[in-house]
Amino acid sequence: MSAANGPAKAGPSEAASHRDVVRVDSVSKDFGSTVALDKVSFAVEKGELFGFIGPDGAGKTTLFRILVSLLVPGAGRASVLDLDVVRDYRALRQRVGYMAGRFSLYPDLSVEENLTFFASVFGTTIQREYEQIKPIYTQLEPFKDRRAAALSGGMKQKLALCCALVHRPDILFLDEPTTGVDAVSRREFWDLLGRLKEGGLTTVVSTPYMDEATRCDRVALMHRGRLLDVDTPDAITRGFDRPLLGVRAKERYKALLALRKFEHAHSAYPFGDVIHYTDKRTGVQPDRIANDLKAFLTANGFADVSVEPLTPTVEDSFIARTDSDPESRIPNPGRVA
Amino acid sequence: MSELVIQASELTRTFGDFTAVDRISFDVKAGEVFGFLGANGAGKTTAMRMLIGLLNPTSGTARVAGHDIYTESEAIKRSIGYMSQRFSLYEDLTPRENIRLYGGIYGLTLAQIRDRTDVMLKRLGLTQVAGQAVRSLPLGWRQKLAFSVALVHQPRIVFLDEPTSGVDPITRRQFWELIYEAASNGTTVLVTTHYMDEAEYCDRISIMVAGRIAAIGAPADLKREHGVASIDELFVGLARPEVPSSP
Amino acid sequence: MTALGGLLRKEWFHIRRDRRTATVLVALPVVQVLLFGYAIRTDVNDVRLAVVDPAPNSVTLTIRNRFAAAGVFRIVAVVPRAEDLDPLLQSGAAQQAIVFGHDFAADLGRGEPAQLLVITDATEPNTGSLLQTYAEAVIQGYERETMVGRPGPFGPGRTISIIPQVRLRFNPTRESSNLFVPGLMAFVLTIISSLMTAISLTREKETGTMEALLVSPLRPWEIIVGKVTPYLAVGFISMIAVLVEARLVFRVPLRGSVLLLLLEGALFILVSLALGLLISARTSSQRLAMLGALLGTMLPNVLLSGFIFPLESMPAPLQWISYVIPGRWFVTIARGIMLKGIGLGYVWRETLYLAAMAVVLLAASVRSFHERLE
Repeated sequence: MSAANGPAKAGPSEAASHRDVVRVDSVSKDFGSTVALDKVSFAVEKGELFGFIGPDGAGKTTLFRILVSLLVPGAGRASVLDLDVVRDYRALRQRVGYMAGRFSLYPDLSVEENLTFFASVFGTTIQREYEQIKPIYTQLEPFKDRRAAALSGGMKQKLALCCALVHRPDILFLDEPTTGVDAVSRREFWDLLGRLKEGGLTTVVSTPYMDEATRCDRVALMHRGRLLDVDTPDAITRGFDRPLLGVRAKERYKALLALRKFEHAHSAYPFGDVIHYTDKRTGVQPDRIANDLKAFLTANGFADVSVEPLTPTVEDSFIARTDSDPESRIPNPGRVA
Repeated sequence: MSELVIQASELTRTFGDFTAVDRISFDVKAGEVFGFLGANGAGKTTAMRMLIGLLNPTSGTARVAGHDIYTESEAIKRSIGYMSQRFSLYEDLTPRENIRLYGGIYGLTLAQIRDRTDVMLKRLGLTQVAGQAVRSLPLGWRQKLAFSVALVHQPRIVFLDEPTSGVDPITRRQFWELIYEAASNGTTVLVTTHYMDEAEYCDRISIMVAGRIAAIGAPADLKREHGVASIDELFVGLARPEVPSSP
Repeated sequence: MTALGGLLRKEWFHIRRDRRTATVLVALPVVQVLLFGYAIRTDVNDVRLAVVDPAPNSVTLTIRNRFAAAGVFRIVAVVPRAEDLDPLLQSGAAQQAIVFGHDFAADLGRGEPAQLLVITDATEPNTGSLLQTYAEAVIQGYERETMVGRPGPFGPGRTISIIPQVRLRFNPTRESSNLFVPGLMAFVLTIISSLMTAISLTREKETGTMEALLVSPLRPWEIIVGKVTPYLAVGFISMIAVLVEARLVFRVPLRGSVLLLLLEGALFILVSLALGLLISARTSSQRLAMLGALLGTMLPNVLLSGFIFPLESMPAPLQWISYVIPGRWFVTIARGIMLKGIGLGYVWRETLYLAAMAVVLLAASVRSFHERLE
C-alpha cells in the first residue's frame, strides 16, 4: 500500500518518485544462541516516515545497525539508497544520518561543540547547514554553550537529531529516539519529524511506544525478531478481525477475572480503567455481545457496569498478533480461548 | 477507617542550591495502588528514595509502614519490598537461587523459602526454567520474577521503580495483574511509570512537576476536574518548562 | 575544518575537561619522579655509625669525635671486635661502620701504616660514598693537624690509609638514583601512551559515540590518528618534564645528545600507543582496557625492563622474555645516552628493535580496528 501524501516537495537531489530507498530481503541475524532477527523482509519508499514498533528484544536495534552498515546480516540481503549494506558500506556511510539509541553524544562537550564536530566529520560547518537544521537548532541555540550531559532528556535527543541531520543525509535512521523521554518532549520530537517529512526526507524510526505508531505513514510491528505486520496504522487496526468491546465496572480486577470465566470469552485485557474484551463467537453483533456481558456481570454482583464497542488501536492489534505467537510459553491468562 | 501506610508532610530535599523535592505532602492508604508520575528530573526518584530509607530528607516528616523515616530507616527497609528498574535480580543466578538469596536476606526460614518458591514459580509459569540463569530469560519474565521476589517476605508496602519499561504489551498487562493481585491481598503498591496509560490502573496518582506535586487524586476525578480525556493530556497540560537550571 | 581536524579538536576538549585524565597527565610525571627520587635517597643526616675500636686511646677517641662532630654521623655503638658488628648491621641499628686496626695508635706513633677500615653496606649506595668521602676528609684533617709536613709511607703527611670495604648483601641495585630516571621515563610514558589511549578508545565505545563515528565518512586510519595524536603530544611533553625535573632536582646527568634521546622517546611512545590501540580493540569496557594496559604494558615494563631489577641477575627465561618488552630497549638506550653519553652508533641495534616493534604493532592495531561493531 503506497503512502504518498499530497504533492511531495523535491527532495535533496532527485525528483519525487516512488522508488524504494530501503529494501530488505529475508535478513536474519543471530548472536550465539539468540535469534535477533528471523527472515525479515520489507521495503521503505522515498519520503516515507516509517516506524518500527516493538518492545525490547524485538530486534529493532539489530536491524537498524545492519541497515547503517554497523553489522553484517547472517543471512539475506539489504540495500539502502540502492547501495548494498555489506559491499557498498563506505558510500552508504557518506549519505545516511544515524541516531543510535540512548544519547550517544559527547557528554563533556557543549551543544555547539558536539554539532561542530559532527559537521566537520562530514566536511561542513554549522553556518553552511544552518537553514537545514534551523527548525531544531533554534530550540537548542539558547543553550549552545551548555555541556551535553547537563541537558534534559528531551533536549539531548533534539541535539542528537541535529547532529544526525547536519550533513544533509538522504535518509535518516533514528533508533528509539523517544525512549526514556517525557511525554511533552516526545510529542515535540514527533512534531519535528513531521516537519522533516514535509521537506521530503525519508525517515525510519523505531519506538517501543505503541501510540506513536499513528504518527507514521506506515509501521512494521516487530516482536522477537519477526515482523508481525507491515502496513499503514489504519490498515493494521482495520485488520483487527473481531469486534472489540470496552468494559467498565467498579471492581476492575475482579471484573477482569470474572470476564475471563465468561463462556464466550476469547480474550480480556486491562487497558487502564477499561477492559478490552473480544468474543469467541463469530457473526455476532457488538450490541448483542455488549448486552450479554452486561447481563453476565450484573448477575455476578458487579455495579456500575458499562460496555461499549471500541475502535481497536495499534496496541490491540499488536496484542492480538503476539497472542497467537506459539513462542509465548508462559500461561497467558488474558487469552482464554 | 483505612489505615495510612505512608504519610508525608512538607517533605523536602535539596542538593546544594537545587531543590529536588519541594515540600510535598501526601498519604497512601493500605491496599492502594498509588501511581507516582512525573517527568525525568521532576523529583520522583528522589522522593521515592527518601521514603524507602535510602536518602535523608532535608526537612519535613514522613512515616512509612508506621516507622519514622529519619530514625527508623532500618525498620522501614525490613518492612518494605523494592524493585528498581536498573537492578533487581542477579543475572548469573537461577530464579530459585535468587529467591533463596532474597528470602534469606529478609529472614525467612528455609522451609518458608521452599514453599514460597514453588508457589511463585508456578504462578508465573516459570517452573520449566527455574534452573536457568536469569540472564537467559526474556525481559518480561525477569521483571515479573523480580516483582515476586520483592514480595517474598510479604511486605506491607512494595515500591516499584519503572517496572515495565521496554516490556511488551502483553507482559506489561500480566505484570499489572500481578500488582492487582498483590493489592487485593492487602499489599500497598507505590509505582512510578513513564507510561501514562498505566496511570489509569492506579487507585490514585500524583503528578510531580519541578519538585512539587501538581495534581493528586483518582485518575477519573482528575480527568473530570481538568476536563481532559486521558492522563497523558493531563500530564502535558501540567508539565511546564522545567526550572531554569535545565532546559 | 577537515574531518581529522575536527577529531583532533574534539580529543583536545576531552583531555582538557576530564579532570581525572588531566590530573594523571600533569601530576604523574612530577609525582613519580619525586617519589622515586626521594624514596631511594636515604637520609644523609643522622647516619648511624658503629665503631670497632679494639684499643681505645686518645688517638682513636679524637678521630671518633671528629666523625661525630659534624652531625652527619651519629655513633650508635662502640664495640671491641669486628665480629660484633654483624648483628648491628644486620638489624639495621647501624648503617655504616669504621674499624680501627689493632694497633692503630701504636702504628701511628711508629710512623707505620695505620689502617682504618670503612665498611659500607651496598644497599645504601649514597651513604656509602658519603662515608668514604667524609672519612677521607676527617683523616686528612687529622693528619694535617697532627703531622704537618712529616713525611709518611703514603706521601707527605699521609700515614693513615683508609680501606673501604663494601659488604654485599642481597642487593638489587648497586646503582644510584641516576639509573632510575630512564626507567621512570619509560614507566610514565607507558601510562600515558598505552593506558590513556586504551581508555580513550573504549570510552567512545561505552558512551555509544563510536557508532556515530563509524557511520560517517571517517576512515579507520583517521579515527586512529585523531585519537592517538594528542597523546603523542602529551607524552612528549611529559618526557621533557621528567627530564627537566631529573636534571634540576636530582642533578641526573645528561651526557649525550638531547635530540637523540627525545627521538628515541618518541619512538617508544609510538610503540606504547600501538599497544594501547591493540588493547582497546579487544574490549569495549574502559575497566578492562585499564586492566589490559596495566598487565600488558605497565607491569612488564616495570619488572622486566631493568628499571628496578637488573636483568643480568634474572633467570634466563625471563631475560628472553624481556627481549620483547619495549621498555627494556628504551631503558638501555636512555641510560646509554644519559649516563654514558653514547650516540646512535652504539645504540642503533636497540633503536632498530624499537622501530621494528613500532611498525609491526601499528600495522596490527590498524588491522584490528573494526569498521563494524563485530
